[in-house]
Amino acid sequence: MSVSVAEMTEQDQLFEYTVRLGDNCVILGQRLAEWCGKSPVLEEELALMNVGLDLLGQARMLLDYAGKVEGAGRDEDKLAFFRDAQAWRNLLLVEQPNGDFAKTMSRQLFFDCFQFLQYQKLSNSADTKLAEIATKSLKEITYHVRHSSDWVIRLGDGTEESHQRMQKAVDELWGYTPEMFDMDAVDEAMLKSGVGVDLKEIEPAWKKMVEGVLSEATLNFPELTWQVRGSKEGKHTEHLGYLLAEMQFLPRAYPDANW
Amino acid sequence: MSETSTGELPLYEVFIRSKNGLHHKHVGSLHAADDEMALTNARDVYTRRSEGVSIWVVKAENIVASRPEDRGAFYEPNDDKMYRHPTFYNIPDEIGHM
Amino acid sequence: MTNPDTDIAKLEDDFQKKVDAEIRIEPKDWMPEGYRKTLIRQMSQHAHSEIVGMLPEGNWLTRAPSLKRKAVLMAKIQDEGGHGLYLYSATETLGISRDEMYEQLHSGKAKYSSIFNYPTLNWADIGAIGWLVDGAAITNQIALCRCSYGPYARAMVKICKEESFHQRQGYEIMMTMARGTKEQREMAQDALNRWWWPSLMMFGPHDKNSNHSNQNMAWKIKRSSNDELRQRFIDATVPQAEYLGLTIPDDKLAWNEETQSYDWGEIDWDEFKNVVAGNGLCNRERLQARKDAHEGGKWVRDAALAYAQKKRKREALKTAAA
Repeated sequence: MSVSVAEMTEQDQLFEYTVRLGDNCVILGQRLAEWCGKSPVLEEELALMNVGLDLLGQARMLLDYAGKVEGAGRDEDKLAFFRDAQAWRNLLLVEQPNGDFAKTMSRQLFFDCFQFLQYQKLSNSADTKLAEIATKSLKEITYHVRHSSDWVIRLGDGTEESHQRMQKAVDELWGYTPEMFDMDAVDEAMLKSGVGVDLKEIEPAWKKMVEGVLSEATLNFPELTWQVRGSKEGKHTEHLGYLLAEMQFLPRAYPDANW
Repeated sequence: MSETSTGELPLYEVFIRSKNGLHHKHVGSLHAADDEMALTNARDVYTRRSEGVSIWVVKAENIVASRPEDRGAFYEPNDDKMYRHPTFYNIPDEIGHM
Repeated sequence: MTNPDTDIAKLEDDFQKKVDAEIRIEPKDWMPEGYRKTLIRQMSQHAHSEIVGMLPEGNWLTRAPSLKRKAVLMAKIQDEGGHGLYLYSATETLGISRDEMYEQLHSGKAKYSSIFNYPTLNWADIGAIGWLVDGAAITNQIALCRCSYGPYARAMVKICKEESFHQRQGYEIMMTMARGTKEQREMAQDALNRWWWPSLMMFGPHDKNSNHSNQNMAWKIKRSSNDELRQRFIDATVPQAEYLGLTIPDDKLAWNEETQSYDWGEIDWDEFKNVVAGNGLCNRERLQARKDAHEGGKWVRDAALAYAQKKRKREALKTAAA
């Protein structure tokens, strides 16, 4: 975005805000798709895909709405397949590679709890469409929280090996979590108009939720020794580019085709 | 525990009530480490098309089953108790439905 | 003393009478060892095929060209996982564990459908798999819904019901591609060229060369012959290809007024044997992917079991203290 926030219309801001929500779901859904055929238990394969399907469904509703808000003729697929990394607004956390099952579950727990609290507030949004999407998604997210919490507890309090892997996973992803609660000018404007969520306000609740799970999992609550941020301005880790290269390849190679 | 020694997750049987007013019905089985995991797995495996409103899971080893050899002793004695069935009784047509 | 041989003969006779009378055989009922073994072989092979079958499609899940197609494909692959699971469950009722079945798959002792050793090279392959491979599978599976073994028949009914959308989504992809750009049409034709013959191979050898057919028919494990089912599939599929404006790669394919069905060429059985013997493009990758998932997931399963045990102990202590 070359436009500074001061120059953004309300419509621009709502578009930006909705794209941020949608992008998280696309990217995390895509990461879960990478688990296909690799799950540690067959039953869990189906569970992971249920979460992935929920996220893809949310992504489609949000990007479809974003496209309509923008009014420039971009639909969900134009937005998903024809933007380069700098135009993506997903959190750094969700673009991190799957790693082992512990890392995927840790990423999932951090995001699920965040999304749960965010959508709880969003379901009261002054924007009726966003409120409607949030209300529908909240049921799904409630289940996601249960699923990832169960696994983090199981792995943390399981065997010596699983405990170590789980602690390592939590530690490795911890520095990506502070960014989730950053409030920039778009967030402030959306909050003011009653559309958006006060992320600062949900931060303590998130810490409490995650702390509860980690302590039951006999894991240490990590110390914040490093942190990175910037996804709201289109700054990303290098992982995103490869994810997009794979995901966007077909529509980019044949831009005139319908699929 | 025998299942821990082989490293295989225990077998659970799954029963689903498809809607209120109906019995739970056996739909199949799955593997899970514990009851909670069995319940969430059952949700993920057996209700992908919203087939249920209520799920029961029970460890397969906890099910007490009759043996096929018992079939004679269990069920045949009731085959000749026709007086338990309404058609055993002759009621004149004039009486109407009873 | 009764003679054990006459006992067995009597049991076998009773068993066959039940089968002939279309009474389903249930897990704890007496059954001939051959019947049990054949079922374990066939059902576990069927289950393995569902699970290995997830891989060629999974190959395109991260590259699906629209969010809708991605969601549909994910749901379809997930169903296949579910169907594998139903079939493993049904096979377990015959007294073999899922881990034992995995072991047989990983060691090469148990087979899976050879079709999944072919690669998916372009997006139209996903359409062709749904249309042809699922189409062939459904033709087989509908016949199996009346199989004499209760748990297998019930699993098949459930699977057939759920799979009805699989073939349709595949055909829809083919339709979109066949009516799309020049490149898309080429992809669609290329996919049909590569998947047609392997789909026909899915029905197995010709009846005259099939070892198990007669006994399996008598036991009603098999309800229609390989050739019958294959012909049924061809007759249903040829008009569908015509509608797409695509050409089936068989010069000998022609409508036969007399038999009211299609005459067709001959399957390259050498290729079939070669792929089964391990020389398909993806045999090694498919098996390795399954081994990696199972062995790589051992620490997760161990952890889940260890946690369950700890929890049980804690609860027992709590009850004791109360």
